[in-house]
Amino acid sequence: MAADPGLNRPPVLAIDKLQVSLFTRRGVLPAVDGLSLDVAPGETVAIVGESGCGKSLAALAVMRLLPEPPARIVGGGVRFMGRDLAALSEREMQRVRGKDISMIFQDPMTSLDPVLTVGDQLIEAIRQHTEASWREAANRAVELLRQVRIPDAERRLDDYPHQMSGGMSQRVMIAMAIACGPQLLIADEPTTALDVTVQAQILELLKELQTRSGMGLIIITHDLGVVAETADRVVVMYAGRKVEEARVGALFDRPLHPYTRGLLGATPSAIRRRGGRLAEIAGSVPALSDLPAGCAFQNRCPDVFDRCRAERPALATLLPQQSAACFAAEKELSRNVAAIGA
Amino acid sequence: MSLLSVRSLCVQYQSARGTVRAVDDVSFDLDAGETVGLVGESGCGKSTLGKAIMRLVPSSDGFVVLDGENLTEMHPRALKAARRKIQMIFQDPYSSLNPRHDIGTIVGQPLSVAGWSRRDTRDRVAELMGQVGLPAEAVWRYPHEFSGGQRQRIGIARALALSPKVIICDEPVSALDVSVRAQVINLLKDLQQKTGVAYLFISHDLSVVEHISDRLMVMYLGRIVESGRGEDVWQQPVHPYTRALLAAAPVADPRLARSRTKDVLQGELPSPLDPPPGCSFNTRCPMAQDRCRQERPILRSVAGGRMVACHYDLLEQHAASLPAVCVAS
Repeated sequence: MAADPGLNRPPVLAIDKLQVSLFTRRGVLPAVDGLSLDVAPGETVAIVGESGCGKSLAALAVMRLLPEPPARIVGGGVRFMGRDLAALSEREMQRVRGKDISMIFQDPMTSLDPVLTVGDQLIEAIRQHTEASWREAANRAVELLRQVRIPDAERRLDDYPHQMSGGMSQRVMIAMAIACGPQLLIADEPTTALDVTVQAQILELLKELQTRSGMGLIIITHDLGVVAETADRVVVMYAGRKVEEARVGALFDRPLHPYTRGLLGATPSAIRRRGGRLAEIAGSVPALSDLPAGCAFQNRCPDVFDRCRAERPALATLLPQQSAACFAAEKELSRNVAAIGA
Repeated sequence: MSLLSVRSLCVQYQSARGTVRAVDDVSFDLDAGETVGLVGESGCGKSTLGKAIMRLVPSSDGFVVLDGENLTEMHPRALKAARRKIQMIFQDPYSSLNPRHDIGTIVGQPLSVAGWSRRDTRDRVAELMGQVGLPAEAVWRYPHEFSGGQRQRIGIARALALSPKVIICDEPVSALDVSVRAQVINLLKDLQQKTGVAYLFISHDLSVVEHISDRLMVMYLGRIVESGRGEDVWQQPVHPYTRALLAAAPVADPRLARSRTKDVLQGELPSPLDPPPGCSFNTRCPMAQDRCRQERPILRSVAGGRMVACHYDLLEQHAASLPAVCVAS
């Protein structure tokens, strides 16, 4: 990956103040609350957060694949290559989905149809979006399987998903996702179900395909290791909101939001010596139906003060290319600036 | 004599397509207050090993000695008593707690099975709640009212109820979110310090295992391929498989993640139904020679308490002169 891919180029994807709500019996829950996010061509953006933080719903909203009901986009917009995706008809959206924007999911086994061969599924995906004949599509399918480094590609076309391992199925999913040369690939926990050695192979493959095609890549993950390995830029989400965004180096070196700091401290790593205690984030994520007034992280935050309980911090650009939604971080930084000034 | 000694333990499964040697000739010791980590990829037999030690699955060969008693030959009635000394924590805190029982019943169950009076059980459960950091009134509530992390605390309280000497932790934090995972790891460490319990800590997550373990064992296709002190194995992995595992594990440090050179291990775990002849790793090993394809290396002691199953004299050679597993492609 280049040092600064896509800087100053128009973004492939621009999510603007996206709001997704869940309409449940317990009320309307703000599952994604005002998420803004750009992805430049060739850039990898990681969305990190714990289960229920809204990261997957945000991705599904981009694809217009939200489970409706209960989820619905209630505000904001998604622009892809300048086009407003919300304004497209379902038929137009079908042409975008799988061709210009592709998505791969956590569990490759359930994403493939068990009663069709891998070849059938790949060929269908290709013919859906191109004029290719069956023969041409079949040739292209073999080529794709080679690209994702599946050995013995011709023979594998006739395999059913159950005949493949998890890693192989995920490769097939990737082959299908890149079949039509998408400009954006969304990978939702692409390696969570895989073993480490296979995870490394898949991450490597994604990077390589990206370098070759220059597509934008969104990786949704809870694993900071995967973030460190792959991302150019990172968005940290908590309880439906973006709490911090930064370039990957800055985020790990100098996290501004206490939640980001907590996540980093809670991750065992080779650098911190063993035997030491892991930093804990006390308590657990509040339920969306039960969000406190003020900052959603207040009940777990070590730096909480009165203002956090009364008022919700807005995302503010605190350093160049780094923003956070935290009053304590603002205070801390202004104190540092004052100290330097004095 | 160690607290727990496992010798030449084998577990075989019969399937329509042949015999699977899920655990193949595994031996190790676990001392009081010690944590031994067991890592390996899915299907390598690590969970089966844990269950075989508990005699939850039958072993076909070898034996397990806990505190001077041979569990493998024990009569089922005697086994019930012996199991007080060895307990288990499971990966999935959702399916391992009975949804129809309140927490007091769940945590108290090992005690009532062991014949404790109601009153003693109640007192012990209250004490356990405090130890694992749950509110006392939690005993009246049901599993669905708790988050994953809290449920895992309930599972830990249940495992601790009879003050066991050994707890087998089978992927205890794999289903938990990062922030909660740290809470549970720290809790396990604190409890060990307080009670002197020994852990066999099974996980596929190297960084977690490395963090918590005194000693590490690496398993591949049913066999231990390397073991040694946690720090040693982590810092100077010797077996090509261990080195590949470490190279593949993502590092939560962008600079290190990108600067370290690595060549990703190719291929996947061979089918345990049809393991390759010779060294089971030979199909993926960059150093494999003819001998590796014919003769199975035994697990032998090398320097510093390290055991390695490889034909190469890996520790003697200088690291740099080893054919590269982790060199840039």
